[in-house]
Amino acid sequence: MSLSLNRLARGRTIHFDLSLVLLGFAGVFLAFLVLLPLGWLAVFSLTNESGAASWSNFAALGDASLFLHPFLTTLGIALCVATLACGVAVPLAWLVARTNVPFRRTLRGLIMTSFITPPFIGAVAWVLLAAPNSGLLNQYYRLITGAGPFDHLFNIFSAEGIVFVMASYAFPYVFVLTANTLDRMPYDLEEASAILGGGRWHTFRRVTVPMVLPALLAGFLIAFLQAMTQFGTPAILALPAGFHVLTTKIWSLFQYPPKTHLAAACAMPLLLVTILLLRGEKYLLGRRGFTMIGGKAGTPQLTTLGLWRWPALLAALFVLFVTVLLPNLVLIRASMLRTVSDPWSLQTITWDNVRLVFSLNNTVSTLRNTLIVGTISATVGAAFSVLIASLTARRAVPGHRFLGFLATAPAAVPGIVLGVALFIGYTRPPFQLYGTLWILLLAFLTIEMPPAYQQMQAAFRGLNPELEDASRILGAGRLKSLVSIVAPLLKSSVAATWCFVFIGAIRELSATILLTTSKTKVISVLIYDLNEGGQLGGIAVLGLVLMAVTTVVVIAANRLANVGAMAPER
Amino acid sequence: MSISRRAVLTATAGFAVAGSAKAARPDPTVLTQDVITAAKKEGTIAWYTADDLVLATQVSKSFEAKYGMTVQLERSGAERIYQRIGQEYSSDISAVDVATTSDLGHTVSWRKSGWLAPFVPAEAAHWTDAAIAPDGLYLVDKFTLVVPGYNSRLVKAADAPKTWTDLLDPKWKGKLVKAHPGYSGAITNETYALSHLLGWEFYEKLAKQDVLQVQSATDPPMRTAQGERAVMADAAEVTSLRLIGQGAPLVLVYPGEGVPVVGVGSVLMLKAPRPNAARLFMHYLASSECQKINMEQGSRSFDNTLTEPASWTPLSKIKLLYNDPADLAREAEEIKKRYSQIFGV
Repeated sequence: MSLSLNRLARGRTIHFDLSLVLLGFAGVFLAFLVLLPLGWLAVFSLTNESGAASWSNFAALGDASLFLHPFLTTLGIALCVATLACGVAVPLAWLVARTNVPFRRTLRGLIMTSFITPPFIGAVAWVLLAAPNSGLLNQYYRLITGAGPFDHLFNIFSAEGIVFVMASYAFPYVFVLTANTLDRMPYDLEEASAILGGGRWHTFRRVTVPMVLPALLAGFLIAFLQAMTQFGTPAILALPAGFHVLTTKIWSLFQYPPKTHLAAACAMPLLLVTILLLRGEKYLLGRRGFTMIGGKAGTPQLTTLGLWRWPALLAALFVLFVTVLLPNLVLIRASMLRTVSDPWSLQTITWDNVRLVFSLNNTVSTLRNTLIVGTISATVGAAFSVLIASLTARRAVPGHRFLGFLATAPAAVPGIVLGVALFIGYTRPPFQLYGTLWILLLAFLTIEMPPAYQQMQAAFRGLNPELEDASRILGAGRLKSLVSIVAPLLKSSVAATWCFVFIGAIRELSATILLTTSKTKVISVLIYDLNEGGQLGGIAVLGLVLMAVTTVVVIAANRLANVGAMAPER
Repeated sequence: MSISRRAVLTATAGFAVAGSAKAARPDPTVLTQDVITAAKKEGTIAWYTADDLVLATQVSKSFEAKYGMTVQLERSGAERIYQRIGQEYSSDISAVDVATTSDLGHTVSWRKSGWLAPFVPAEAAHWTDAAIAPDGLYLVDKFTLVVPGYNSRLVKAADAPKTWTDLLDPKWKGKLVKAHPGYSGAITNETYALSHLLGWEFYEKLAKQDVLQVQSATDPPMRTAQGERAVMADAAEVTSLRLIGQGAPLVLVYPGEGVPVVGVGSVLMLKAPRPNAARLFMHYLASSECQKINMEQGSRSFDNTLTEPASWTPLSKIKLLYNDPADLAREAEEIKKRYSQIFGV
């Protein structure tokens, strides 16, 4: 062994490349991040309370009220959400990317702002708007139509209500994916089809649709997965209506004494479905993917809408009004009222909610925890994804594929499943992290690693390696060229990734709800606590604070990186 | 109207049985300057409480103002508090100094686990015996009731429900809001009492009424005041009385079948990380100053130097249903399970 090492050392100029060490470190860390908790999850699902091997947990899944019913409800809701989200997002994406609808850039920017509102705050806003009796929209409905005191137009406490709220917060993701694809789509293919005699409809069907389909499918999948794994929205809307989805059911198993073994078994199907869907997407995209090389075929030809562009603009504005403006306005309104359904007048306006929220001293410590863990997650997450992306994008080291796989693997682990796994994995030796902010940091890093890594990888791909090569030829090590050549060039991408992880971390609820203690509480959990106590006005205040913090941080990070809005990577 | 000594004795008859106490009740502890000094040095006290959020905030603020210390207030439902403490203790985290629960059944399992320290503050020494655990391991520092009620803007007094079973009238279908025993200790008390008094059929029929299922017993009065539902099937009297005091259009109903009493007990944790601050806080909870705040926020009190507001229905006119903590502890799991089966969540 030592002999061969010596020979190796003699054979080359001794130039110790730090990246191999980094690779090892990164690989071990990623594996640790994912494998340890999931390993525990598997062990727990296959053992009983006394630690003996047992199928009883999975056998219990046959029970309708424990598993089957919530599971089927979840799938049904997710399917509807994905359909609705695509139905809204795709036409909208087409409008802003491929037509001459007025204010297309502004529209696009405005749709991006809906990322600021966490879905569970949106759910509370919709309780204020569309609860059957106290909801403002229903109040106005009765006022206008003269309907009786208990008549209502909307009931947000229903499966339909959940689908609507979830779709409101899922459609921007589908929108971004589809709009970006439409942007990049070389219009000369469509032109070629037209020249060869294809009619408009024919071209649309045979050229445009196949090229957009992968993005559409990916969007559908994202919406589906989000709806399937979300905790906050169903907890706020489904429980009052008297039914469970799978995430709320899993969470209810943590009532003391926690039935962790059963929860682990319940989490397995969720994990399995997610993995299957992601594999299925890969399979479908693998066959249907079109390489759109040479995408810079000039500006795409915009479809001229003629007079129709005004109704189209109105429709787009209506979507924005319903999904962004209305919920945020109602939060502002509710934050200033003692009884949230009261009309707004000088007599009813009060600072009570603000006073209540800020007289709770755990609001301050909660905000502090949120900022600490958000900042550290974002910094570590961004740095780590730069590191891994640099190794994989440049195929710098053997095993880079495996690294890429490890970095994207957590995407298949839903938040609540990860929460269960981390709870099991880190409430016992050797890593007793429950009760510290570390466990939250691990959760956020794991959850945010895949999108952060993908974002950085895309950025690296868009960067010509010649610059790095030049630096390396001139004698710089890989790390040195990463720091002094690549980093400055990727500044804006890094800032975007940082923001992405930060926002993701501070709005996370489904894993966080299982992992915090009173000392490590973060703002999303505090909001959830207030919801259980029925303090809607207090939630409105905290929700606005959370969104304000998010906005300020995003603007600041982008200023620092000297770029404009948090534009998606092109 | 002053709350009579007799009424208090009756009200608390139910809490006394709990301690299968071998240890005799410890002598009351008088607050000393040493404890205050040591507590101030510790600076903070972590209080996990199932009290109404506004009440708990007021108590914390006044304690902070009086002693220049910080109260780390963790307010949640009693069943969540129980879950939190259980989870933290089984992970060797002792963060809580004083816990307050509205499900005295919890004290039974905590006592069994050896997590509690006996402590009787001298401020409570003149209270009825029933307010203090026989072995001094908990102090029932306040109590409240679980009652139905309605929004007076939406329901005329003549149409309003008068009894628990009136809630089953088809005319209330889709108009009821109800809290959950998986979250709320008050509702666990209610579910225990009413399932024994009226049978589980009562809840089976109630579940068919399309209730809006919320979690905290403090939530139905808020939703009803908002007009989200016309009638609350169950509500914490404490929050309701506070809201009524603020002018909310709520009317409470005290059914003749009986009204569940919720003893709200505070315990000193044996492993309290700040033992002196914890003791000082227990003294404060029992003080007339704090009892006055509780009452201003709608809570009933054992401190017979205080006078209940004239607008409150006096205890002497209510048929009270008491639960033995040992019974609550024994049946809690089964109650929650059965409830979830009936109501679907």
